[in-house]
Amino acid sequence: MSELLVKDREFVTPGDVLATGLDYLPGNGCYREKDEIKSKLLGLVKLKERYISIIPLAGVYSPRQGDGIIGVITDLQPNMWIVDINSPYDAILLISEASNDFIDTRRRDLSSYYDIGDIIYAKILSVTKSKHITLTMKDRKTKKLISGKIMSITPSKVPRLIGKMGSMIELIKTKTNCQIVVGQNGVVWIKGEKESLASKAIKLIESEAHIEGLTDKVTKLLEGDLDE
Amino acid sequence: MSKVGAPKKLIINNKRLDGRKLDEMREIKIDVGNLKRAQGSAVFAFGNTKAQAAAYGPKIMHPRYLQDPTRTVLRCKYSLLPFSTKERARPGHSRRSTELSKVITEAFSSVVYLSGSPKTAIDVFIEILQADASTRCAGINAASLALADAGIEMRDLISSCAVGKIDGKLVLDVFGLEDNYGEVDCAMAVIGKTDKFVLLQMDGIVTKEEFFKILEIGRQGCYKIYDEQKRALKEKYGIMGEENVTEK
Amino acid sequence: MLLRNKSYVKKMAEDQIRVDGRKLDEMREIKIEKGVISSAEGSAKVTIGNTVVLAGIKIGIGEPFPDTPDEGILMVGAELSPVASPEFESGPPGPDAVELARIIDRGIRESHCIELDKLVIKEGEQVYMINIDIHVLNHDGNLIDAAGLAAIAALIDAKLPKVEDGRIILDEKIENVPVVDKPIPITTVKISNTLMLDTTADEWDSLDARLTITTNNNGYICAVQKGGEGYFTLDEIKKAVDFTIKYGKELRKLL
Repeated sequence: MSELLVKDREFVTPGDVLATGLDYLPGNGCYREKDEIKSKLLGLVKLKERYISIIPLAGVYSPRQGDGIIGVITDLQPNMWIVDINSPYDAILLISEASNDFIDTRRRDLSSYYDIGDIIYAKILSVTKSKHITLTMKDRKTKKLISGKIMSITPSKVPRLIGKMGSMIELIKTKTNCQIVVGQNGVVWIKGEKESLASKAIKLIESEAHIEGLTDKVTKLLEGDLDE
Repeated sequence: MSKVGAPKKLIINNKRLDGRKLDEMREIKIDVGNLKRAQGSAVFAFGNTKAQAAAYGPKIMHPRYLQDPTRTVLRCKYSLLPFSTKERARPGHSRRSTELSKVITEAFSSVVYLSGSPKTAIDVFIEILQADASTRCAGINAASLALADAGIEMRDLISSCAVGKIDGKLVLDVFGLEDNYGEVDCAMAVIGKTDKFVLLQMDGIVTKEEFFKILEIGRQGCYKIYDEQKRALKEKYGIMGEENVTEK
Repeated sequence: MLLRNKSYVKKMAEDQIRVDGRKLDEMREIKIEKGVISSAEGSAKVTIGNTVVLAGIKIGIGEPFPDTPDEGILMVGAELSPVASPEFESGPPGPDAVELARIIDRGIRESHCIELDKLVIKEGEQVYMINIDIHVLNHDGNLIDAAGLAAIAALIDAKLPKVEDGRIILDEKIENVPVVDKPIPITTVKISNTLMLDTTADEWDSLDARLTITTNNNGYICAVQKGGEGYFTLDEIKKAVDFTIKYGKELRKLL
């Protein structure tokens, strides 16, 4: 006899029993113990057909294939770059994935493409079981991010920062007249007129992501500071 | 063998020297997420015993030669702050804090998921702000909350408390005076509301039957603490509306 | 990197079989020799199978602790020497050595095995200080139980030196250290849900959890320490207690 014990979007903590019986399947953030499915995390329940998973409210970034992320080049090696992607593991950008053009290392030094300290918006190409992460810069959305500033927030708050159909991030972009790129890994790049105001707004969203009335609060912050 | 300053009796008219009944726990106070820079944090207090915990990870493990290529290394560090005890405690390692760090790390190893992220580390720091007995228990309770607050995957929370024997009677949650002048002190920790003991340390002389009574009293105490821990986590995040985490 | 035989130890344990064919509660041959170190005031060497542990006692004099002016002082230290196993490194005692020392210390202290009040030379000013140092010479498992036996055997062997005009004369012994109990630690190890006693080094490395229970002459429990990354259920604890009381009695006969 299977029974679902939680609703969609319900707040749960590690050890909470989400369902009994064998009809339901444990997704991300859940595990099965005998005939019970329990939560591994502090977060919100996400129900999709027979899958129960948890949207975490905190935690480090866990790299996934296809994610768009912002990273910083930390090292140059003979045929690749090492990139800090704000996760427990560094990522690798191989020459073959660095550009749509042919790279001739005899003519040009690798550092002329990406140098230590450069910030890039890249896509995660693959994540192996032993956590070797490779990136690609050949996707049409990827690019080097020049000047501006970067900040980081808890990765699980990224959806809130982006908002429904991108509404929240658009609000900040327009009110501060800035270009803003948000990486799934919680790293945000800002460049424009009111960079400090934008980062203030982003910090506000991070700390109050779970509270109602956030959009109004953010709007007030952005408008109240017009005379900054 | 008398100890200087020992009170004549620790139980008077079936009440303990701090007014509690034999099976009564001290007041529990919890604050989750009180440190903003830490990935996860919490304060847990039993009466005057107060513990602060912070948790980080999984993160890259340094030094590299200590990395485990098959799993995460869990490191829990317990320390008494110098102003936490009556007599100033010398800061830095002591044999006691080394042993407690070890047994606390072992306790959490049963519940924290360690196999998903090889070569990484999860660090938990427990600092005792005020010591009035049961410090390792308060520390474990705070650490459980800090780990959950940090978004670190766990099978369940761990709850811990201590049982003592004073004036021949078994009591729940000893405080300083009872710990110093009592006959037995037993600290334990269980996984959630099960009978799986992940920490068990006892000093003092008891019969086999008394020992099992102690485990029973302590276990029930731990279950009460579990309920409090869950309530505190829900309270911190409890303000949920429709307007929260959205999908892309 | 040391090769570990964890997987086959664990697999056999699932079927309740041990690598050396012993029964789950069968202990290896135990030898206890007292008075093996002439420079110590008391000493003993314990061998359990291939495990060899030495305990040496040095006795000095000093001020008592302020809250116990009428008691002597007991200190227990332990070292896992690099001679004992390729996995032990030289240097100050690490967490394993510290834990070992503290487990043995608690067993001796909580059982009141030494009459500390008989170690007073001048109350509040001068008392005997008993230092027990445990030194593991060869690690083939069950270090805690071996160390516990060695410590007690050394205490039984130990004699108090004469104290004259506030100075200690080590070469003149006056009487035995007042020992009135023999606390014996027995460690029950859990591997793949099977409980066993007296584990070898390979079995020790494969353990899920361990429970060391120390009992006194009367069969009362005076110290308990759970170790290892796993857990013990209530039933398993009950079984461990039964093991301890039974084998504590057996081992005590050897002292």
